[in-house]
Amino acid sequence: MEVEVRLFATLRSILAKEDRGVGIVDIEEGSSVDDLIEYLEIPRDIPLIIMINGQRKSEESLLKEGDRVGIFPPVGGG
Amino acid sequence: MSLKIYRVNMSEAKVSVEDVKEEYLALGGRGLTSQIIGDEVDPNCHPLGANNKLVIAPGLLSGTMAPSSGRLSVGTKSPLTGGIKESNAGGLAAQKLAKLGIKAIIIEGQPKEDKFYTLKVTKDGIKFEDTSSELLGKGNYEVMEKLLVEGGKKACVMSIGQAGEYKLEAASIAVSDPEGRPTRHCGRGGTGAVMGSKGIKAIVIDETDAPGVLVKDEEKFRGAARRFTKNLLNHPVCGEGLPQYGTAVLVNILNEAGGLPTKNFRTGRFDGAESISGETLAETITERKGNTAHSCHPGCVMRCSQIYNDKEGNYLTGGFEYETIWGFGANSEVDDLDAIATMDRICDDIGVDTIEMAVTIGVAMEAGIIEFGDAQGAINLLKEIGEGTPLGRMIGNGAGFTGKAYGLTRVPVVKNQGIPAYDPRAVKGQGVTYATSTMGADHTAGYAVTANILDVGGTVDPLKKEGQVELSRNLQIATAAVDSTGLCLFVAFAILDDAEALPNVVEMLNAQYGLELSVGDVTELGKSILKVERKFNEKAGFTKKDDRLPEFFKEEFAPHNVTFDISDEDLDEVYNF
Repeated sequence: MEVEVRLFATLRSILAKEDRGVGIVDIEEGSSVDDLIEYLEIPRDIPLIIMINGQRKSEESLLKEGDRVGIFPPVGGG
Repeated sequence: MSLKIYRVNMSEAKVSVEDVKEEYLALGGRGLTSQIIGDEVDPNCHPLGANNKLVIAPGLLSGTMAPSSGRLSVGTKSPLTGGIKESNAGGLAAQKLAKLGIKAIIIEGQPKEDKFYTLKVTKDGIKFEDTSSELLGKGNYEVMEKLLVEGGKKACVMSIGQAGEYKLEAASIAVSDPEGRPTRHCGRGGTGAVMGSKGIKAIVIDETDAPGVLVKDEEKFRGAARRFTKNLLNHPVCGEGLPQYGTAVLVNILNEAGGLPTKNFRTGRFDGAESISGETLAETITERKGNTAHSCHPGCVMRCSQIYNDKEGNYLTGGFEYETIWGFGANSEVDDLDAIATMDRICDDIGVDTIEMAVTIGVAMEAGIIEFGDAQGAINLLKEIGEGTPLGRMIGNGAGFTGKAYGLTRVPVVKNQGIPAYDPRAVKGQGVTYATSTMGADHTAGYAVTANILDVGGTVDPLKKEGQVELSRNLQIATAAVDSTGLCLFVAFAILDDAEALPNVVEMLNAQYGLELSVGDVTELGKSILKVERKFNEKAGFTKKDDRLPEFFKEEFAPHNVTFDISDEDLDEVYNF
């Protein structure tokens, strides 16, 4: 199945520069966010903020076809 | 040397010096400005009249080696909200005032003649100078340049632009940054109009031969300051995120969460978000050889400020914040960072709050004065404020005023202050803060974005009602206390996540002042400040009906199709402590 991955801040360097953090990933049916993180080789040494279709989710959450998955390193401001 | 309070009476052109009252000794920053306003100002006075006062106070730790402790508080009765106001800024003023042994400056009365003075603050006290002929009608950039050439590069200038002279309700007080530029502001609530009403164009603070800050137990203080610096540097937001991207990194996360108010709060996602994101901003700054990690005052380890150059590589603006970029960007449907930076520059120069102006531009677009997406139109409107045209004065009086002038209902204000950057429907904890803060809609007053969006200090689902009242209440209490220390509010990211951080702050306070505070006392301080502020507002005529969001937030909001559904009864529980 295909999901839309959106990586932000420092995580953007995982994809090609011209992608600006956005890519379509073809991943096995029934995969979780955790599997996606593994697949993209996102470093595990920092806590991640995950959003699926704009809603906060845990790394155990299962993905479905067409999901929009946002992954952020710790960010803040105000 | 004991700390002093200076009282500047503009009716009599007289300065007097007072010892600090016993009950003010352990107060600083917001705690002190709000207490003095509560003690001395009639809540029913006209904010621009002789009976209002303007109180300027550094935080308790300002001027010491405590990291990121150079925040300044300015308190008054707000011409924008009609309630109490504390507006907080970085820049150099707080550290210099503290080193001069100044606990607070209270400016009261009103000059009889229509003149504008410059106050010069040195180790010898405060002197007046009539600078009407040189400075009247000038913007903050020119004022600061002039005064810093005269007063020496190392001085700090606080000044008002044309908006403050006109006493417009969104007028700010600019505070010079380390480069002597007006990029830091006491932005919210119209403090600049009050300064203008006192006939003061500028305040020059020169710390030459200042005695410095007395710290009772230096060794204990140094240890706690060093540990607290580590707490900040080890936190991923304070130590890495803020220096790398500045606050604009929030554009993408709020957009992704569907909470980025777009087109005057119509939807929660902006198609042009990427063009105005923190990532794009950082790349642009780096390409043009600006600075992504600028400190607004020496000793700040988080360095969230930046220097933004134009396409030719010349300085355009600094202190270019998320809320400014959101408002002149997404909320106005403008996706051009250079245009937004130009708007920021104009606001800094004329001396108007960028948040209030950003919300107002959205309202002006709603009114059809200019079209959504019309960046040049927005730039022209902002320029009119400085020119003092009737239209400019309307804009400079803020979103509520402009909305009324055009008979609009979609006017995002609480207590007449513009709502910033986080939609109350999709970031509900923030909605509770906007509704109930003593300051009017103020995102910093109880920054629930932490647990709602950023996973800092726990997690509370931003789309659900549950837990938001308690979250906002606790944050409002903690913020009032942090705002008293002179520490930048961004230290809260570390304090909320790292149990060792707050004890180090308490230890610094104890070492500096010879106190025996515990962590619990910090909460009590926060509560007592909020009570003083709330009491002032009640006497000024505010009731619980003022603790409400505009009606249109009951309409559904895409992409999550949520409404602001926290009941009035629940909102009224926020101050139940």
